[in-house]
Amino acid sequence: MSTTAASNRHPIRLTVNGEVHEREVEPRLLLSDFLRHDLRLTGTHVGCEHGVCGACTILLDGAAVRSCLMFAVQSHDHEIETVEGLGTAEALHPLQEAFRDTHALQCGFCTPGFLMSLVPFLAEHDDPSEEEIRHALGGNLCRCTGYQNIVEAVRLACRRQRQGDAHGLGEGAVPGEMS
Amino acid sequence: MSSRYFGQPVKRREDPRLLTGGALFVDDVHLPGMLHVAFLRSDFAHGRLNGVDVEAALQHPGVVAVYTADDLGDYWRPGPLLVPPPPIEGIVFHERTQVPLARHKVRHVGEPIAVVVAESRYVAEDAVAEICADIDPLPVVADMDAALEAGAPLIHEDLESNLAAHVVQHKGDYETARRQATRVVSGRFTYDHGIAAAMENRGVVADWDGREQNLRIWDTTQAPIPIRNGLAAMLGLSESQVQVIAPFIGGGFGPKIMMFYPEEVLLPWISMRLNRPVKWIEDRQENFFATTHERGQTHEAEMAVDAAGRILGIKDVFLHDGGAYDPYGLTVPINSQCTLLGCYRVPSYYSEFKAIFTNKTLVTPYRGAGRQHGVFVMERLLDLAAAEMDIDRVEIRRLNLLAKEDFPHDHQIIYQDFAPLVYDSGDYLPAVDKAAEMIDWQRFIAEEQPRLRAQGKAVGIGLVTYVEGTGIGPYEGARVTVEASGKVNIATGVGTQGQGHFTSFAQVVAEQLGVDIADVRVTTGDTREFQWGCGTFASRGAVVAGNACHAAALVVRKKILALASELLEAAEEDLELVDGKVAVRGVPKTAMTLGELAVKANPMRGAVVPGTEPGLEATTYFGPASGTTASGVHAMILEVDTETFDVEILRYVVVHDCGKVINPMILDGQIHGGVAQGIGNAFYEQLIFDDEGQLLNASFMDYLLPTSTDVPTIEGAHMVTPSPLNPLGLKGAGEAGAIPVGALFAQAVEDALSGLGVKIHEIPLSPHRLFDLVHGGGSQHGGGSQHGGGSQRGGGGR
Ligand code: FES
Ligand code: FES
Repeated sequence: MSTTAASNRHPIRLTVNGEVHEREVEPRLLLSDFLRHDLRLTGTHVGCEHGVCGACTILLDGAAVRSCLMFAVQSHDHEIETVEGLGTAEALHPLQEAFRDTHALQCGFCTPGFLMSLVPFLAEHDDPSEEEIRHALGGNLCRCTGYQNIVEAVRLACRRQRQGDAHGLGEGAVPGEMS
Repeated sequence: MSSRYFGQPVKRREDPRLLTGGALFVDDVHLPGMLHVAFLRSDFAHGRLNGVDVEAALQHPGVVAVYTADDLGDYWRPGPLLVPPPPIEGIVFHERTQVPLARHKVRHVGEPIAVVVAESRYVAEDAVAEICADIDPLPVVADMDAALEAGAPLIHEDLESNLAAHVVQHKGDYETARRQATRVVSGRFTYDHGIAAAMENRGVVADWDGREQNLRIWDTTQAPIPIRNGLAAMLGLSESQVQVIAPFIGGGFGPKIMMFYPEEVLLPWISMRLNRPVKWIEDRQENFFATTHERGQTHEAEMAVDAAGRILGIKDVFLHDGGAYDPYGLTVPINSQCTLLGCYRVPSYYSEFKAIFTNKTLVTPYRGAGRQHGVFVMERLLDLAAAEMDIDRVEIRRLNLLAKEDFPHDHQIIYQDFAPLVYDSGDYLPAVDKAAEMIDWQRFIAEEQPRLRAQGKAVGIGLVTYVEGTGIGPYEGARVTVEASGKVNIATGVGTQGQGHFTSFAQVVAEQLGVDIADVRVTTGDTREFQWGCGTFASRGAVVAGNACHAAALVVRKKILALASELLEAAEEDLELVDGKVAVRGVPKTAMTLGELAVKANPMRGAVVPGTEPGLEATTYFGPASGTTASGVHAMILEVDTETFDVEILRYVVVHDCGKVINPMILDGQIHGGVAQGIGNAFYEQLIFDDEGQLLNASFMDYLLPTSTDVPTIEGAHMVTPSPLNPLGLKGAGEAGAIPVGALFAQAVEDALSGLGVKIHEIPLSPHRLFDLVHGGGSQHGGGSQHGGGSQRGGGGR
């Protein structure tokens, strides 16, 4: 998105959601802006740009990090995953499915950040306690839900994960779509 | 009637897009050739603006234009008065609305002075740093009491003082009640409400197309239609040339109402001037200064009670911090004034307030919109009376509740919607009993608390009630169309910010038309789709727009039945609408799909009979004469750590009555979110200003929003007292959760610390503040114990 002289640009090469991108960017360009505005992956949201809200969370080589606290040049040679890489509207990722089943989102602005923070957590936790779940969510702010249903979503996703039941048949789902 | 959808926890239709990053928010709008905007804002709270030098900024590579107030010509004018003062006798109101760019004077930190348009936001911000604004600082009005002192610096120099408004409302004769009282309890109460802090900051994209002579605006607004109408008038365009789209909005909570913020007014003008699309996205720091706040009030209040603890009357005199301009009129303090009366019978009431101009960001409604302040005063007065008269806190509430037979109840004062404050319906006693039972009030006080205290634990319990006037007029509309595919389209004018309207409105319509909810598409907040309406505020979306959807669906249902009765040669009463088809009841082979009917209703040959319309479509409006009153009871048990003064909420109970419910899952979500914001208000969030009007904690590092480890699991129960004021029997719920939390927190903390004799007359609290209160530290809020609570002055009634 920047237009400073080309001499001030650095070539970068990175993989985002499995696709390789090569660009030239200004050194000061935030990774969050690069993803949103250069690659147009606008699912990664920006709520504070100072590392507190977690809306911009992505996976960098599998670890959840805040893309507003990184420069795009720092992602050179790395693998990134954003919310667009999780599931599709037609085939939601189990975590996304659990969020929907438990009404864990309202405005949905914070949601991509929560999802990306939770992907590694789910990989490492089979049956977390409520305290562990709340702790895992502690780095992401949500102004709408009061977190209660997000905690519920994590529980449900874990339960389904344990039961090897990814798509909505687990006990405890909110009564269905009725469609 | 069967209820396939109405009242069911239907999963949200909008979620798949939101969950996969595929939903459009304003900052996701990307247009070819789009320019980016950044603002120079005042660093001073009050100052004389002598001039602005933009030369260096203009020379900056990549900068396309820089504008100051002088460049705006006739377009520079104060914004509209959004809510005029209500028709209350003797009211004083001075209208001073915000300006698009400061001229001659700056009146709060963050007020915009100049705007840079550039190839990128990065470049625009670089250039902003090169603008030189010549400002002579003026003495700052930061404190409400000081603002009214003689000789105080004037924020609006054409006024005699910093008084923005003065309002007195009363009923009955409080002085007589006071004389007859057994006891009078009193106190000085301060209540400070924070910022909405929606996760999405504000933003505007404006795209003027010179060839089409058309202006399209994407705006993070809760009220796209009023914005469209206002901007068209300001820009000299026809309303049909302007489209305002509020796409997915990342939380509203009040401040995204039809404010005509400077940025909202300037971006379209810039786009027309440059004939290019322009974008401005607020950053978090700007959000702290430039998006409206709610903030504080100071109340001097007293309550006269009889020997049994029954309220005879209340007197309340308060100051309201309105900030530098008052475009939203008196909605917030009028809400405080009216909501104070709560669920109770109050025979006499004297309420007087002064709204004050201060050198701070504007105050407009934020979730609860002043109701918190009123509820806090009432509930604290009841607690004082209970303590002094040795009455149980639940009991004194039960004693004073309005009874079921009292409805409709006229409080004989004027509400924010300009209608008399009349509660349409309610049944409060069972709700109080239910909450007391759920929290196990008796047993906790008799057994648990003594046991835990013996272990050295400072545990407290609280229970408070509240009402919320919701679902006010004037009106909303909806258009329901059955398309040739058999799918149903709903369009309404309200904006949506996470309340699930895409689902709840679909439920209302699917219920009437017998279609699958998957076949119902809902558009909100897009003036291309619907032209008339007001917006989402005052907990009115579901009530007003929901009933408009219902009414439109009923008309379409009628049309379907009339046409099908003709085609199937059967009486309308014998037809049924099921599964997207209409058929003679019990004769499935007669079934026609709604799509087939829609095609027949829109023939390509022949004539449409005079007086009828083509298609299966209806546009209908719903306009309630007055608002409907929701109510509820919150109860909690908490523990205070007497070393760190951190608070842990052990249990939180909500019993809520908002009439009939469209989708209980969505309703519960609204309550959870409201309570979380209430907890933030009570214990974590406070805007801290210094004497120079500088906001000292303008970041999420320093202004603490509650996180997942601060908000407890909420145990809820619903009561249903349908509203008689609308066909669906709904009452609004959007703000309810947030309203009583401060009052509840104060009561429970006071109970927990009762051994230490601490009186809580203020919100927000914090560990630091509790420490000060217990250890007799300074009073940073100018309220509370220092000013003598009711325990010293109470009992003077006889
Ligand atoms: S936008 Fe990155 S943490 Fe808030
Ligand atoms: S759903 Fe709105 S901020 Fe989390």
